Amino acid sequence: MYIIVVGAGKVGYYLARELVEEQHEVLVIEQDPAKCASISEELGEIVMQGDGCEASTLEQAGVGRCDMIIAVTGDDEDNLVVCQVARHRFHVPRTVARVNNPKNEEIFRTLGIDTTVSATSVIMAHIEQELPSHPLIPLMTLKGGGLEIVEVKVPAESFVVGKPIRDILLPHQSLISLIIDTEGHPRIPTSETVIHAGDEVVAVTMRESEAALRLALTSSRGMGPPGPS
Amino acid sequence: MKVIIMGCGRVGAELAVMLEQDGHEVTVLDSEPAAFGPLGYLPGEFHGIRMVGNGIDQDALRHAGIEQADAFVSATRGDNRNVMACQIAKHVFNVPRVVSRVFDPIREEIYRSLGLRTINPTRIQARLLKEALEKEEEPVSAGPGAREET
Repeated sequence: MYIIVVGAGKVGYYLARELVEEQHEVLVIEQDPAKCASISEELGEIVMQGDGCEASTLEQAGVGRCDMIIAVTGDDEDNLVVCQVARHRFHVPRTVARVNNPKNEEIFRTLGIDTTVSATSVIMAHIEQELPSHPLIPLMTLKGGGLEIVEVKVPAESFVVGKPIRDILLPHQSLISLIIDTEGHPRIPTSETVIHAGDEVVAVTMRESEAALRLALTSSRGMGPPGPS
Repeated sequence: MKVIIMGCGRVGAELAVMLEQDGHEVTVLDSEPAAFGPLGYLPGEFHGIRMVGNGIDQDALRHAGIEQADAFVSATRGDNRNVMACQIAKHVFNVPRVVSRVFDPIREEIYRSLGLRTINPTRIQARLLKEALEKEEEPVSAGPGAREET
């Protein structure tokens, strides 16, 4: 894939490095000449100095043929505009924006940014993970369709402990897609996989089914009598 | 009409005074406290609300009363801040009238096509300057002949 990264701060630098390691074609756009120099010194000639919000800069960067643009500057307004210019002027198929103020996540999605990443939200989710009152953690919202990927830690008293997945009644349009056991080993479950206390269950669900899913996996009474889902 | 103006530079301040003279209720929002100080552009006789806050922060906008606003204008120097604030005003708070200043003609075109009302000073000024250049010099303006007479 050809990926353009706008912003060469810490996030942009490490992101570019990972993407290069994964054999992607990467171009970093950065305004600050000093940051440009350190990127080209360490990662090679994959950096272009300029303002990623300017259509002419993006054009020079070959944005027309890029598969994805990722805006990771420290300013939300710049990240938003980079993605909107890329999408609406150059028809870039996938736009990803870093969101510094977590309150902007919703508006970015409303304005058509495909994926938003907020470090603050991720850290908050980890804090909430430690609190027993928040057993369901939203990991990611998928654009369109209101689908979410969530994580639920199964408490010892849960009705589902010791039961195979086929016997667990889940809310409408929810799917258990990954189970991470207490030792941290992830596995992709089959209908025979048995849930244990302390398992972290990663599931895909509709936004409105979140509460029901949490109840199904954490309540001592489950969602109701076991049956085919 | 209740109007919020984001950005208290020359243009924001001028607009605030004009709107107030027309009897509108004006709130001016600027992220720099100095914008409202003695070196700022707002005259002392402006009676509207001066508020320090970041116009792309939804809480700051709420604090400025955006939920009751009839109009929102962004007039900071930053195109990106202007269009982001206006999009928040329009799409989150459903402010009926939203206008954004956008200096970059290309960005202005993009956001206009996305349904934002925009003003592009770059093109307007260039056109006015061109028109002024093309106009015959008015006889009242002092040419070399006029100077000889005085």
